[in-house]
Amino acid sequence: MKKLLALFWLFALAFAAGSMRLATTTSVNDSGLLEAILPQFTVESGIEVEVIAVGTGQALAIAGRGDVDAVLVHAPDLEAKFLREGKGVDHACLAYNNFVIAGPAADPAGVAQAADALDAMRRIYRSGALFISRGDKSGTYHRERSLWRAAKLVPDGRPWYLESGSGMGSTLTLAAEKRAYTLTDLGTFLFMKDKIAIVDLYNRPEPLMLNQYSYMVVNPKRFQGLRSSAAYRLRSYLLRDDVQQAIDDYMKEKFGQSLFHALHGKCLMEVKP
Amino acid sequence: MIRASGLRKSYPGFDLRVADLRVPEGSFITMLGPSGAGKSTLLRLLAGMEAAQDGVLERRGRAVYLDQDNIVLERNVIDNAVFGLRLMGVASAEARRRLRPWLARVGLAERLRQPAAKLSGGERARLALVRALATEPDVLLLDEPTQSLDPKNVAMVEALLREAHTRGRSVVLVTHNLHQARRLGEETWLLLGGRIVEQAPTETFFASPRSREAKAYLAGEMVY
Amino acid sequence: MDVPLGEIWEIAWRSLRIAGAATFLAALFGLPLGVWLGARPRRGGGSARVVLYAAMGLPPVVVGLFFYLLLSRSGPLGKSGLLFTQTAMVMAEAVLAFPMIAGFTAAGVRARAANVRRLVRGLGGSEKQVLTTLLWESRRPIVAALAAGFGSAISEVGAATITGGDIRHHTRVLTTAVVLETRKGELRSALMLGLVLLGLTLLVTAVLVVWGERE
Repeated sequence: MKKLLALFWLFALAFAAGSMRLATTTSVNDSGLLEAILPQFTVESGIEVEVIAVGTGQALAIAGRGDVDAVLVHAPDLEAKFLREGKGVDHACLAYNNFVIAGPAADPAGVAQAADALDAMRRIYRSGALFISRGDKSGTYHRERSLWRAAKLVPDGRPWYLESGSGMGSTLTLAAEKRAYTLTDLGTFLFMKDKIAIVDLYNRPEPLMLNQYSYMVVNPKRFQGLRSSAAYRLRSYLLRDDVQQAIDDYMKEKFGQSLFHALHGKCLMEVKP
Repeated sequence: MIRASGLRKSYPGFDLRVADLRVPEGSFITMLGPSGAGKSTLLRLLAGMEAAQDGVLERRGRAVYLDQDNIVLERNVIDNAVFGLRLMGVASAEARRRLRPWLARVGLAERLRQPAAKLSGGERARLALVRALATEPDVLLLDEPTQSLDPKNVAMVEALLREAHTRGRSVVLVTHNLHQARRLGEETWLLLGGRIVEQAPTETFFASPRSREAKAYLAGEMVY
Repeated sequence: MDVPLGEIWEIAWRSLRIAGAATFLAALFGLPLGVWLGARPRRGGGSARVVLYAAMGLPPVVVGLFFYLLLSRSGPLGKSGLLFTQTAMVMAEAVLAFPMIAGFTAAGVRARAANVRRLVRGLGGSEKQVLTTLLWESRRPIVAALAAGFGSAISEVGAATITGGDIRHHTRVLTTAVVLETRKGELRSALMLGLVLLGLTLLVTAVLVVWGERE
């Protein structure tokens, strides 16, 4: 047993040399995108990327304490705040897709007939049909709150407004079980839709529903012991044309559409520090 | 041989004082007294298991103390039986060899591998006794060893004690059984409220008790 | 099946190692403390037992959070770089297993201490022999204590997630993998991992008990 403990230390040390940590959102991780593109990076650079999949809010919190070397998240205004506070540097837009309002096929609120995203939110609000919110400071939750705000609606405290407090996959499952509406990213939705009884009722690529994924390096000046050169190498790798193409192609065949559209560093949604 | 003088052990609600006491070599003393009189405490003081608050205790030779519960360990019969010798540092094989005749004598030879916890009360009492006897102690301090045993087991235990006595051991036996006290003892003590109120050769004690308390006790009257 | 069989075994083996190391670490401190608390001839130690029994209900997420704050680069031990490593998981799980091991050991030893002391001292044994006898006599409750500690360590998910981060090939253990697969809706994988977890716990407990019951 003592040997075992010693082994752990060796283990930790051995990997500390050629590894880095990336905090990311469950939507990116659970879709399998990272497992599709990171092994090639490891082969080329010898750097192993340890992925910690949490919500965007938690990812930024972990990064803000210096506990990871980089983040891959999807909440532009939170990213802007992160940069403004000097916690992150060298922001890069990697990919986008769109958010989707999913719900029961019967669609009691008539979301499918909505004129636009805000109208869809109003229809849910008026109908009193159940809505499941992530309630967890994730990027998706953040967007959901922006939508309610933009529609000038306050769902809090309404009997039909439920908070799941869990990841996107769990929240979709919960919504399906309860025949409720929920806001989801397209990637997670496509992965889950065959496993549960839920359909996409509002799935249109309009600015309000844009879902943009960005990469940031944790400010090397702020913390000691960060593996920032590795984080920068990963940044260059992710922005490389062939890798961007791979992101664009990921699961295209299976779903008949791109899960993630490459952005080549050019942001669709402005991230102003 | 044990000699004690001016022993005192007291705590709230209990006060044991023994002015002068001797357990001579080769003696057989039976100790009587109601529950709570301090018999067990006195035995443990004599055994050196508890420290007195006052007084002088002189002990020559090795004393063992057996309590009334006939404690057995969570082991089989033979491992329980050799436990006393093992504590003294006797090697396992040698201890087993020495215990074999003892166990045969008390009818446990066929049950060596059985868990001791499965023994009956009588068998446990025999096991506890041979466990102590096998260590060949000079003084045996016994706290009601035959309590709640049937006549057959009582006879077996008494025979073992008599034999030990014949072979020169000193015995102090606490008992509630007046007949047993008379049968076995050479000298008898009566303990009441933490004091030895009568101490006499057994025959004298039973034939012509001197103190009022001893008379009352032998007559079966409550004397507290 | 979303998780290949080979990876399930990899995760199971990692769970076993981490929970094993945590149990070992917890036993290193918990056994002596439990024996000491249980074997003391005097009464008392009641408050220590109350604390131990209460600590058996320590919320794993709170312990996890504590270690997160401790080991974070912004925390007091940030320089160690131990957050999100198996070592961090071992430490948190050890803290969770410790009260189980110490508490159950203390209870088991305590139940036997008075009798064993009377027997050993009565036969002329020393206080040290009381202790060694007591240790052997308490082997069954001690084994139960170890099994309980191991069980709490291997089946725990809150602290494992917070201190380990569920990093694939590094800190992903059976419980965090079950959470992940459930989140992804891969219920077959989740169930499979759960069954492996149950089987593993059963197996280790069985091995411990058989080992403890041997003569």
